[in-house]
Amino acid sequence: MKEAGLKAWLPSLLRLVLVVLLIAFVTNPDWFEPLLKPLTENNAPVIYNQGSLLSLTLLHLRTVLIATVAATIVAVALAILVTRPAGVEFLPLSRSLVNIGQTFPPVAVLALAVPAVGFGEKPTLIALFLYGLLPIFENALTGLTTLPVNVVEAARGAGMTGWQRLVKVELPLSAPIILGGIRLSVVISLATATIGSTVAARTLGEVIIAGLLSNNLAFILQGGLIVAALAVLIYDGLSAIERYTARRMGQGTA
Amino acid sequence: MTIRFDKLGVVIAVIVAYAAFAAPFATFRANRIVPGEARSILDALPAVTGPLLLAIVLIAALIALLKTPLILRLAASVAALAALALLIGVAGSFLTPEGNTFARISPASGFWLLIFAFTLLLADVLTRLNLSPGARIGVLVVATAAIGLLLVSGSWNSLSILKEYANRADSFWAEGSKHVTLALGSLAAAVIAGLPLGILCHRVEKLRAGVLNVLNIIQTIPSIALFGLLIAPLGWVATHVPGAASLGIRGIGTAPAFVALFLYSLLPVVANTVVGLAGVPRAANDAARGMGMTERQRLFGVEFPLAFPVILTGIRIVLVQNIGLATIAALIGGGGFGVFVFQGVGQTAMDLVLLGAIPTVALAFAAAIILDAVIEMTSTKRREAQPA
Repeated sequence: MKEAGLKAWLPSLLRLVLVVLLIAFVTNPDWFEPLLKPLTENNAPVIYNQGSLLSLTLLHLRTVLIATVAATIVAVALAILVTRPAGVEFLPLSRSLVNIGQTFPPVAVLALAVPAVGFGEKPTLIALFLYGLLPIFENALTGLTTLPVNVVEAARGAGMTGWQRLVKVELPLSAPIILGGIRLSVVISLATATIGSTVAARTLGEVIIAGLLSNNLAFILQGGLIVAALAVLIYDGLSAIERYTARRMGQGTA
Repeated sequence: MTIRFDKLGVVIAVIVAYAAFAAPFATFRANRIVPGEARSILDALPAVTGPLLLAIVLIAALIALLKTPLILRLAASVAALAALALLIGVAGSFLTPEGNTFARISPASGFWLLIFAFTLLLADVLTRLNLSPGARIGVLVVATAAIGLLLVSGSWNSLSILKEYANRADSFWAEGSKHVTLALGSLAAAVIAGLPLGILCHRVEKLRAGVLNVLNIIQTIPSIALFGLLIAPLGWVATHVPGAASLGIRGIGTAPAFVALFLYSLLPVVANTVVGLAGVPRAANDAARGMGMTERQRLFGVEFPLAFPVILTGIRIVLVQNIGLATIAALIGGGGFGVFVFQGVGQTAMDLVLLGAIPTVALAFAAAIILDAVIEMTSTKRREAQPA
């Protein structure tokens, strides 16, 4: 990047500003009180006061992280299974199950998980896990089934075993596409986790719901903006990792 | 002769064995909110039918387990599902004590697992049959009719979820129509606004990145926050713009839900319109231009029809997503099936949750099947029309 004019580094600068603002807001929300003040009525509290925004943000991220890691492991394992000769029988069925699964609304999954596991973080984790599975599985499947035939043949010709081919050729080659699925799943989960607070999970949704219940626009705005900022930043970060792995795999930027 | 096992059949047989023998078939509760007592298949059904159901389920599982012809597997899954659907109603009336209106009977984990196992078998058969789009819609219609018939016949009336329905029959249909209006109305608005916007983005490259970025960011705002944030501006509009309030625009209720769903719907519609138009082969456009077609003729005669399947895919995403998201409208007084879900969560009355959740899932599922079939029909028609 030799001709790094204003235009070239403006996006990075904006991102940096967003990171700084986000960190400042969750650690010192009081600084922003004057900005949000006009949104409240009757001297209602401006900054969420039933828990620190920082700890709620961290809990929110932890919930999404646990669900996404679990979903990634299961989805990739399943995709590997149905693309091996032994599991190929399951391929069409798994495709249609993924399609069916995608039609389940998150609220329904959440509500139906409550009788099985009770209120709190667990139903949220289940809903996020199930919802996160689908994009990752779909992308992993696309990645593993659209590998360049000559590369796989070359690996076979070089005498690699099935396991070696999987670990050294197939997975690294499909990594960018799988990462794309993870990125999609994380962004969906970040927003969906807020709904978890309707069944008493401790996420940023708590702030939004408190705002809805007490008619406090400042609460709704701060909860919504933190989640949106997290989603934008994480989306960008994962996109960058994706481009990096794609470059390393010699696929260039698409 | 060697016996060959079907791999999926092994999974199904394991689930069926566990569900039939180890898991409860129905739950009995003395009233709506006390914890339930589990009943197995043999306890939940009268003398002959219990063993009969067990036999049907086990034979069907055996058919699934072995490598059998598709038609036999189809018959087995349909027979097992039909038997389960009919007999859970019988269990409901059998377990309800005479004249008792407080007792609640609901299907338990064993029942749901059995339904899951045989739906899996049915899905596998239908996938392998590779049905045409029309046939898939046909299957959907038959299944809907069968469930409708069971509901109308009253054979499920003794089940808890229908008792919840009986208490709320009027509001159920009112909320249901609100739900559908919200989902379809916001979709229609998004298509009306999104198609021109997509065409504009396709034509004016400078606009494209900006518009798509803004729409992308809207998607990241959590739905409950977006619903909430729209309360204030719409409230302001209602009090300050003459005539707005009489149109039904209000701070809380349906209006913010409608606008939020509309905003979420824009991205898939606009993005797919752009992708679809970009995918129109250059040759087709050049040929049209060579024939002396005007811009407008080219758009409606060439570009649009060619991009249609891709645009339709966007509409499918929006419709399924909106049907799900409309449940959240209940949080801001917008109505819809979410009303029952959140009431049920609040009262820890799971049957009420199901009363809201099942129709939502069914609607989303039906919408997905129908639109998938339509997409396939439009894109195969195109392939036949212009052999590659």
